[in-house]
Amino acid sequence: MLNPQLALYDEELTEIREVADRLHQDSRARTILIVDKNGQLIAASGVDAELDTTSLSSLVAGNVAATGGIAKLIEEEEFTGQYHEGKEISVHMTIVARRIILVVLFDKNTTQGLVRLRVKKANEALTTIFDTLAAKPKGAQEDVFKEITDEDIDNLFGP
Amino acid sequence: MSFINYSAREINFKVVYYGPGLCGKTTNLEWIYKVSKPEAKGKMVSLATETERTLFFDFLPLDLGEIRGFKTRFHLYTVPGQVFYDASRKLILRGVDGVCFVADSQDARMDANLESLENLRHNLEEQGFNLDELPYVVQYNKRDMPEVLPVAELSPALNPTQVPEFEAVAIDGTGVFETLKGLARQVIQKQRGS
Repeated sequence: MLNPQLALYDEELTEIREVADRLHQDSRARTILIVDKNGQLIAASGVDAELDTTSLSSLVAGNVAATGGIAKLIEEEEFTGQYHEGKEISVHMTIVARRIILVVLFDKNTTQGLVRLRVKKANEALTTIFDTLAAKPKGAQEDVFKEITDEDIDNLFGP
Repeated sequence: MSFINYSAREINFKVVYYGPGLCGKTTNLEWIYKVSKPEAKGKMVSLATETERTLFFDFLPLDLGEIRGFKTRFHLYTVPGQVFYDASRKLILRGVDGVCFVADSQDARMDANLESLENLRHNLEEQGFNLDELPYVVQYNKRDMPEVLPVAELSPALNPTQVPEFEAVAIDGTGVFETLKGLARQVIQKQRGS
């Protein structure tokens, strides 16, 4: 299926960040990432400076894509959740609204049970936000790209 | 597809380097990584086998700077070129905004180029894309090798639609940025809607 372009405005992004922050607090997890299936980071909560969220987002998306490929081969619709258990940190990933990946990194400060419980709630909230976003007509703000000139593009690469 | 964050004033694009095994896709990314300013690039991630063949993908996030107040970010991916990794190649093409086909200019690799190009077209169609409508460039790599075919011979076979094409020696950087620029230009033009 072809993914349409994803455009996010202040309003939705604030709502998404609120869900991430709430999940971060309620689940007592270390980090929450909200990533689109193509590997772009949309929002995060609880990220420390050392965490390379760009690489992590790309690898999470690759992982979910590979698992989706396995599902297709065995004629399963989709694996909606994944869990990787580590010695110190574990990772819980959930597909939301078919196009977003909710990633929770957690340690011994919490339990997988609590994470799953809180993720379920966050999943519902995010599904509402992304469904509303998908139904929203494209705004006038997108016109900004119509004004890009060939010179602007050339300037990107310097002299 | 592209991701526009109006709140952070950022636009992200995904481009994929495609081509037969050992044609130099990873080498293109390695050169871009090597010469890009530290503040413009993220970490390069390579999911490779022990013999340094790409197993799943290479990934390099690259900041190209600002355009009309929007930060322009390109996520560069390569696919594994070896024929039997086809399932992985299909996954990486998902949500692609532009494709660079890296051809190996050596005479002996012509069949592999043609097979890979056919595979690209087919895999894009499976994802709902038409190669003729997608931002797309062709790079003739390894121009420094002996027994390379002339571009006049490669072009009609590998670039029948005459998209922008570039000669390259990716290992020393020749033509690498010209290729990326050619692709980025098309990707942004498509975003503009022209």
